[in-house]
Amino acid sequence: MSSLQFDIAHLLAGSLVLASFMMLYQDRLYALLNVYALHAGVLALSVAWQAYVQQAPHLYITALIALAFKAIIIPVALHRIIKRLGIHREIENVIGVGLTMMAGIGLVALSMVVMLRVTPGADALAREDLAFALSVVLLGLLIMVTRRNAVSQVVGFMSLENGLVLAATGAKGMPLVVEISVAFSVLIAFIVIGIFLFRIRERFDSVDVQALDRFRGERR
Amino acid sequence: MTLDALGAILLIPTISAALLAILPGYMLAARLNIAAALATFLTSLSLFVIEPTSGQYLLLDDLNKVFIVLTTFIGFTTSVFSASYIHHEIETGRLTPAFLRFYHAMYQMLMFAMNLALVANNIGLMWVAVEVATLTTVLMVGIYRTHEALEAAWKYFILGSVGIALALFGTILVYMAARPAVGEGLDGMVWTVLVKHAAQFDPALLNVAFVFLLLGYGTKVGLAPLHAWLPDAHAEGPTPISAVLSGLLLNVALYALLRFKMMLAVNSEAIAPGPLMVTMGLISVIFAALMLYRRRDIKRMFAYSSIEHMGIIVFAFGMGGPLANFAGLLHMAMHSLTKSAIFFAVGHIAQVKGTQKIADIGGLTTTNPVLGWGLMLGVIAIVGLPPLGIFMSEFLVVSSTFARAPWLTVILVLGIIIALGGLFLRVGVVMFGEPKGKTAPAEASYVPMFTHLGLVLMAGIYLPPVLVTGFQNVAKLLG
Repeated sequence: MSSLQFDIAHLLAGSLVLASFMMLYQDRLYALLNVYALHAGVLALSVAWQAYVQQAPHLYITALIALAFKAIIIPVALHRIIKRLGIHREIENVIGVGLTMMAGIGLVALSMVVMLRVTPGADALAREDLAFALSVVLLGLLIMVTRRNAVSQVVGFMSLENGLVLAATGAKGMPLVVEISVAFSVLIAFIVIGIFLFRIRERFDSVDVQALDRFRGERR
Repeated sequence: MTLDALGAILLIPTISAALLAILPGYMLAARLNIAAALATFLTSLSLFVIEPTSGQYLLLDDLNKVFIVLTTFIGFTTSVFSASYIHHEIETGRLTPAFLRFYHAMYQMLMFAMNLALVANNIGLMWVAVEVATLTTVLMVGIYRTHEALEAAWKYFILGSVGIALALFGTILVYMAARPAVGEGLDGMVWTVLVKHAAQFDPALLNVAFVFLLLGYGTKVGLAPLHAWLPDAHAEGPTPISAVLSGLLLNVALYALLRFKMMLAVNSEAIAPGPLMVTMGLISVIFAALMLYRRRDIKRMFAYSSIEHMGIIVFAFGMGGPLANFAGLLHMAMHSLTKSAIFFAVGHIAQVKGTQKIADIGGLTTTNPVLGWGLMLGVIAIVGLPPLGIFMSEFLVVSSTFARAPWLTVILVLGIIIALGGLFLRVGVVMFGEPKGKTAPAEASYVPMFTHLGLVLMAGIYLPPVLVTGFQNVAKLLG
């Protein structure tokens, strides 16, 4: 592999981590969705580049799925859901942006240390990809725990899933069946989420998860 | 590919799920549900007679045979219980016929997903199956649409999804570790191939992979501190689903974990998964036992008891060795039977009394003697008193580990005793206190409950030699 190919792959995977960081501090839902669309777009590019580098045509399908579903359909659908729920003007208080960013940096450092240490045998591209993928996964988790709005939790979860796709494409020769079924399950999960968002709204007049907490089983 | 029994136990639930989704009339649907579950169970029994050959996607060995038969059997008995349960729900108007159509279709989908997870020879396929099982149960937990049910379903969805995502990351890492030895493509995910070559895998990568798998599938097993979804999901969903969750789905997740444990055991340089599992198991036992004391909701209380028992099982498998594995396997089967029987009883009790609050239920043995004593028998079994099956399996777990790790055994026994105290304290009020709540006679189906309890009692007194040799083979397989 030429060093240019490696550099571009590296750049794209790095951009994905960067996009995750951008999601950490968005306090408007629309802005968060736009960054998520960007996140998925970068993922599609990254997967397509891997397809080219590894000469694995089936990865183009994965890239296409990422582009179609995650960068276009899901963000558009979420836009409409937000509008119908009437929460598009809401501003979410992201808890301690500075602290969250510091935690994010810590998580990225952690995943670099862990992944690079345990994969000395693997080829350089796969190593870097895995490290970046783990960072995206952990940042997705961080987004989920710092948010209180159900929609932003979902977006955090979707970004986490993007990290998994990055890891799967980095692993050379991963069977396509797996990727397609993963994509499918994400889609189903998304439909489930959609249903639930409406039900939660219908019951609680809000999609703030704190409203849910009050109804926890034994607090009455 | 010709259709063999392995294909059939996947095909029957799929077809009936499709049928149930379009079939109007819940009475007919409930019967079809029972018939489908029975057909699946009988097909799974045929696995003992004619053994289908394992392929690249499906696998059959001694280990999953036990799991399959247990799953399809409890799937069948629960469908019988479910028929009388939903009849009552329709009458009280908690569920509408439209919801029931969805409920029955999802029930068969869940059966399909669990069977697929058990027979999958491909670690990717297994992951997909566990994911599908998670999503279907999420939908079922939220089916009542109450505040609590939605809260529980949302929590289950978020925590379950994160867990399952971590498990996928672990699965990918296993593939990465296997690639140099096995080569690219499908082979790198076929479990039988992986086990054959596991000795040559990169141990460091395998270690990290197992940590992710343990966290991921461990969430689904309900191990503390990853258990937060479990009590809510059990308490707020329909009771047949609580029975299936506790009795089966937790086992399926555990099965996934065991498969990877077997893989790691082949590689001598990788970490031993045992100590990790022992630690998490013990934490779960102690934690859940202490949590039992402050429960106010009867279904929640038994959910915590499930955490405790999964802890004991994981502890036993973590200790390893033929005897402890045997004990773990037996305990798993006994727990599944007993816990689902308890949920059958609790489901009817909650319907009769119109509440799940322990404070509002009292004097069951006088108002509804059959249900009351049935539950009492279940509780006696679940806390591990002789002569029932759980006493035997717990005794085996304790005695097989005592020689090797006396201190761990002391902690385990302490947990079991604390749990016994907690359960009896709460259940005593429900059973023998002042009669409270409605006293209408129950329209219950007692057969599934007493069948399970009868089996547990029988296992406690006499284990058929066929079963013993079968379990011994599996225990050897587990290492």
